[in-house]
Parts: sequence; C-alpha cells; structure tokens
Amino acid sequence: MIDENGIRLDGRRWDELRPIRIEVGVIKNADGSAYIEFGKNKIIAAVYGPREAHPKHIALPDRAIVRCRYHMAPFSTEERKPPQPTRREIEISLVLRRAMESAIFLEEYPRSIIDVYVEVLQSDGGSRCASITAVSAALADSGISMRDLIVGCAVGKIDGQIVLDLSDYEDKEGEGDMPVAYMPNLDKIVLLQFDGIFTEEEFKKAIDLAILGNKRVYEILKKALIEKYFGTVEEK
Amino acid sequence: MYMVLVRTRVLPGDLLHDSYTGIAPPNTYKLGNKLFSLKVGLVEIDGKDVKLIPLAGPYIPRVNDFVIGKIIDFDAFSWDVDINSIYTAHLPAQDVFGREFSSQTHSLTSQFKVGDMLAAKIIAFDRTKDPVLTVREHGLGKIVHGEPIKLSPSKIPRLIGKKGSMAKIIETKTKTKLIIGQNGIIVVQGPSEGIVLAARAIHLIEEKAHMPSLTNMINELLTKEV
Repeated sequence: MIDENGIRLDGRRWDELRPIRIEVGVIKNADGSAYIEFGKNKIIAAVYGPREAHPKHIALPDRAIVRCRYHMAPFSTEERKPPQPTRREIEISLVLRRAMESAIFLEEYPRSIIDVYVEVLQSDGGSRCASITAVSAALADSGISMRDLIVGCAVGKIDGQIVLDLSDYEDKEGEGDMPVAYMPNLDKIVLLQFDGIFTEEEFKKAIDLAILGNKRVYEILKKALIEKYFGTVEEK
Repeated sequence: MYMVLVRTRVLPGDLLHDSYTGIAPPNTYKLGNKLFSLKVGLVEIDGKDVKLIPLAGPYIPRVNDFVIGKIIDFDAFSWDVDINSIYTAHLPAQDVFGREFSSQTHSLTSQFKVGDMLAAKIIAFDRTKDPVLTVREHGLGKIVHGEPIKLSPSKIPRLIGKKGSMAKIIETKTKTKLIIGQNGIIVVQGPSEGIVLAARAIHLIEEKAHMPSLTNMINELLTKEV
C-alpha cells in the first residue's frame, strides 16, 4: 500500500493528514453544532442543552449527565446500512461520551443533561476521530464550559510502517489502527483504542505521531472557531 | 510576571496566566497556578485582574436577576415559568395573592394563564433548588403587549451598553421601549415599524458582539433606516 517513493494510495506521505474542513454553527435550532469533512468523512455534530433531564430520576444532584448518540446514515456507507444502531455505533457513542466527560465541566450544570448527536453522512476511515473533533467544536459553540478542546486523529500500521491518519482501505487492509483523541493544551489523551499488533517501539512512535497529527487538527479546529466567532483569522 | 492584555480572543483551554494566585474568576479555571479559559470569548488581563467575557453559553440564574419568562404550567400553589435557562423557575402563589392565599378561595388562572409573559426577579436560587421568582416589586408583573426577541444571554451586557447607552440609542431611534431580561429575552414595545428596526439592531448585536465599533454600526443601521 506504500510505493517505492513512500507515497500511499491516496498520494499522501506517511505523516500527512487528509484534507480537513470544519464549519461551526451549522444547525440553527441546536445550542451548538459543527460540520466536519475529514478526508471522505462528512459528519454533523449537534449539542442540545444543558437542559432539564427527563425522566427526572436520571438526573444527578451534583453534576450534569451526557447522552451521546453516534449514528451512521443508511446512505453513508458503500452498501446500505440498516438504520438501527449497530454494536459498533453503540460502542462509539460510549467512547465519545467518555472522552467528552473528561473535558466538560459537568459540576457547573447540576441536575441537567447535555445531549450530543453525531450523524455520519458519509463515512471513511477514522470517523470516530473526526466525530470527536466535530463534537468538541459543537460544545465550544454551545458555550458549555470545557477544560480544553478535544481533537482526534488515528495512526496505524500499513506495510510494516507506522503512518498517520488511515483511510478506510488502509484501515481494513492494514496491520493496525489506533484512534487517539487528545486535549492539546493539557497534553492529555482522552480516547485511545487499538486494534492490531504493534511492538513496544512502534507503539511509542505511534503515540508521538498521533499527538503530532492531533496538534495539526487542533490548528484547523481553532481557525474554524475563530472564524465563526470573530469573523477573520488574523489577530488584531 | 505582570501581564496586560486588552480584549484578546480566547478558546476553551487557552492558557490565560501561568502564575495566578487567588480564586479563578468566572469562566476560567485553575490547574496548579495556571489559569485556563473555559469558553470562547474575549479576555482582559491587567496583572492579577483577569476578566473573561464569554461569547456563548446558557443562562445560569443568579439571585436578583431581572428576567422575562413565560408561564408553562401551574399547580395548586405555584406557577412554573420558563426563563430560558437549564432550570424551570417557580412563582409561588403567595407571592401574587399575599399571605392569605388559599388554594380553595383563590384561582391561579385569574392572575396568570399558561402562555402569559411576565417580568420577574429571582429571589432564590442555588445548585440544589430551582429558581424562585417574585413579582412584588415596581416594574414586575405581567407583560401585556410587545414583541419578545431572543438574544444570547452572554450578549445582554453588550445590548445594554455602558450605563445603558446602547439600549438608549435603540429606544430613541426606533421610538420603542425595551424590556431587557438578563436571561436573554427582550420585549420590544412600541409601533410595529419600530419593533422591526429594533429587532434588526438586536440581531446585529448577536452577530457582531465581539466588534469594538458596535455602537457606530448600530447607529449607522438605525440612521439609514429611519
């Protein structure tokens, strides 16, 4: 999957990201929303709340609860995907929620609920990383107190080499895939999953590469948020 | 290190101060001695004085806030009022009918019906209990006419302006009266052309709240249209 010049199938080098575009505030009726294009991924994230929890007994007296729904549209995959949540979608909803809970100041909104909806309109490799980036943009847009923004980016192993940001094909045919979500200012990893076999050195290299990739995603996310809230990107 | 920053934009997680002593100001948090931002906003730093003005966020009730709400429900002893917040507020019937209130002799619907707008003040609120309202003060009570308009609660100070200057400009130029609730609901009263204009001015504030030349822009908009 990597040719003799070190070029991958889609023309990238080992440490290159796919093109990323983020737009903040795309859904009028949501409290916060964002749209992300991460390679061929097209994902919308929407945040509603904090709002009163219903049924009331699910609310916690000292902090907010987060409810997350990651869903892939039936037309998002090459072959039609039945609309009901699959095992994979339930898992991703959970890991996204856990990542978010480490960033949100839940204690600031006791007895309430924060609803987060993630809809994948078109899927490619690394959709959970793209989703967490979109979700953090949407949370920042809603004005919910957050310790830090979260960005996500995967690393993997193809043809025995550690590479950044796997596409769908590389993910399926490669030897390993490791999505990492990261809080850049606090230098903390909030999501790490791993599938495949790495040696210890490869793992260390992969983490470093993932953090490098995440920092690049962070710059794009920052630009998108500044553009929404301050109009221009140039510092005044 | 003595730091001075004038209205600098920040995002959640941005480092504001690396040796801050004292309690973290609103919309910031401390980790060790480092001070970080919690929201998208503008920060003003003058030595130890850190002030973060958020550009988005839900309305968190505070005691003594003047709010505008809508009756959504009632039971034998109180009304439930939607105050555009995480929590539903309560207006006790005793506050309206006085101490001699009895659920047998008084009918709550004789004062407020579901759907009525009212201006009220928050008299009690903490993390464990829903806010309690009062209407027993001058200028509070049912709002009979006017057009309600929503604005992000964090942008209300911008609408009011320094000592009410911005609100005054809008009121005089559009010949309307603004009733501004801290919770992000504004009721505009006056002739319908004035209401339309005022609504446009408020929407401009929503979009351009971070701009320093907002007053001029509002002035321009209103002078052009009148």
